[in-house]
Amino acid sequence: MQLTQVRYREFFREPEAVFWVFIFPVLLAAGLGIAFRNRAPDVTSVAVVNTDSAAGRTAEALRQSGDIEVSLMSDAAAAEALRTGDVALVLVPGGKAGVEYRYDDTRPESQVARLMVDDALQRAAGRRDPVPARERLVHERGSRYIDFLVPGLLGMNLMGSGIWGVGFAIVDARKKRLLKRLIATPMSRPQYLASFVLSRLTLLVIEVGLLLGFGALVFGVPFRGSLLTLAGICVISSLAFTSLGLLVSSRVQTMEGASGLMNLVMLPMWIFSGVFFSASRFPEPLQPFIQALPLTAVVDVLRANILRGAGWQVLAPDIAIIVGWMVVSFLLAVRLFRWR
Amino acid sequence: MHHPAADIALQVRGLRKAYQDVVAVDGLDLEVFSGECFGLLGPNGAGKTTTIEICEGLNTADAGEVIVLGRAWNRDDRELRQRLGISLQETQFSEKLTVEETVQLFRSFYRAGPSSGEVIAMVQLGEKAKSRVGGLSGGQKQRLALACALVGDPELLFLDEPTTGLDPQSRRQLWGVIEGLKSAGRSILLTTHYMEEAERLCDRVAIVDHGKMIALGTPRELIAALRAEHVLEFALADSAVVDEVPLLGIEGICASARRDGTYRLQVQELHLAMPALLGELRRQGAQLAELRTHSATLEDVFVSLTGRHLRDE
Repeated sequence: MQLTQVRYREFFREPEAVFWVFIFPVLLAAGLGIAFRNRAPDVTSVAVVNTDSAAGRTAEALRQSGDIEVSLMSDAAAAEALRTGDVALVLVPGGKAGVEYRYDDTRPESQVARLMVDDALQRAAGRRDPVPARERLVHERGSRYIDFLVPGLLGMNLMGSGIWGVGFAIVDARKKRLLKRLIATPMSRPQYLASFVLSRLTLLVIEVGLLLGFGALVFGVPFRGSLLTLAGICVISSLAFTSLGLLVSSRVQTMEGASGLMNLVMLPMWIFSGVFFSASRFPEPLQPFIQALPLTAVVDVLRANILRGAGWQVLAPDIAIIVGWMVVSFLLAVRLFRWR
Repeated sequence: MHHPAADIALQVRGLRKAYQDVVAVDGLDLEVFSGECFGLLGPNGAGKTTTIEICEGLNTADAGEVIVLGRAWNRDDRELRQRLGISLQETQFSEKLTVEETVQLFRSFYRAGPSSGEVIAMVQLGEKAKSRVGGLSGGQKQRLALACALVGDPELLFLDEPTTGLDPQSRRQLWGVIEGLKSAGRSILLTTHYMEEAERLCDRVAIVDHGKMIALGTPRELIAALRAEHVLEFALADSAVVDEVPLLGIEGICASARRDGTYRLQVQELHLAMPALLGELRRQGAQLAELRTHSATLEDVFVSLTGRHLRDE
């Protein structure tokens, strides 16, 4: 159909749009993937304040245990190092009164250091563990940050291209009075709106293929679910965001207005929907709101499918949320849409 | 002229439209006959665009009746859209598409009509067929708009200010195209605030002001109604004032008006009136600073009806 073809041409002749939709997410994935690549287990740095001769012995005992890097410092220097994050914990030997740990209990690495240092000290002092323990280390693909990130980026990209791609094109046409000119022809209005949906669906193939292909080839992100299910999820999600884009742009007259409104719609989802970190980190009272956001549902479904291989039955509740957004926004958009 | 109903392409009766605080159209009646080019001439803000958009079915009237090609909006929209060609004021087509692609897109909306190549040739854009719309000049864009109005082989064409903002050369080129359409027997309703355009293109002209029709007829009839073939304007040195009564006594001078220090006389036989006028001014001791004369135009008709110029607003 001519209208859909026009959409492609307009899109591909806009180099910036091609960059933001196709290339940017891949670059973002690459950047974050490298930044958060799996490193060797962290070495914990602690400072021992050299109050007396016992300090030297304590430091030596800690060094024996491996994994802990120990520096002897004056009281002031140790406080400074703790403040700047150079050490995770400061240990003050106190002779017979035992030791004092100084650390910030909101810093995870300080808590780890507290446990490791205490453990090493107690063992050095002769503690014996009543339960023997062995260790077997597991590095599983699918549990790394990049594995978590790629489905999140995919969801974010589906949202961005759906809302921006449709919204800007429509508001631009309205501002140029092209919409008005089009309805002065026998063109069918539903077909016009459908052309946006159709063109999105085809561009989707490239968009999803590029990002996931990159994730799979470069970072070895596993695909545990059926690819057909994944394709279905992408189509439904994209339709939902395209409908949302239609709704956002159904009345706005200026680009500035459109831009503001789109950001208003997308900002909560960028923040709350768990693209970069798990949405469950937000406080409990916010959760019903967060879970109802379309991007939260999309990202959850994508992760469940890609990382855990979940099928339709498991995904059904989230899919229902996505479909709900799609239907409601589409119907509202059609009702509110202003052609002039 | 009496026309049977079948020969009327567009009929408007008692049209009224008010926006929040302004009455844009105030009881307008129009009839456009099949095969004629009818012009709505008036200054900006006269209600021309509101009128034409109501006729195009893009705006709704508060009161009145509009019958287009024997049909009514809200009942026969689908069919009407197929049979009308519309060019709006200031439509910007997508800059990323070529001329050909734009015309093809519009062609795809219509059941029947000429090929996109034919239409592009009709508006003399053949050389630009493969160019992007963004690179076209103002005149070329207007001709593209016209091409998009022609793709459905329309029986009735609405052109809203087709040449506004164009340089004289582009305007003349567009006039040539529209004249070609006229000779093909299409009915055309066009709005304009250029009197030359109305004089050259229109079979009949309605002059509108403040949403009302103040004159109707062929350009020739309207000018003839002035009872003066010429307009003579003069201004005096030091903005001096003359007594107008003796001027009107001169043979051939039918009317006189003064505005911003310029006297404006409607004159029938210029060759007789001119020497007498100069004699009279000398007798009154007035020093001429400026003297101009031109053949009467629709502009003069508008001025004599309203006391204002078309392009004042």
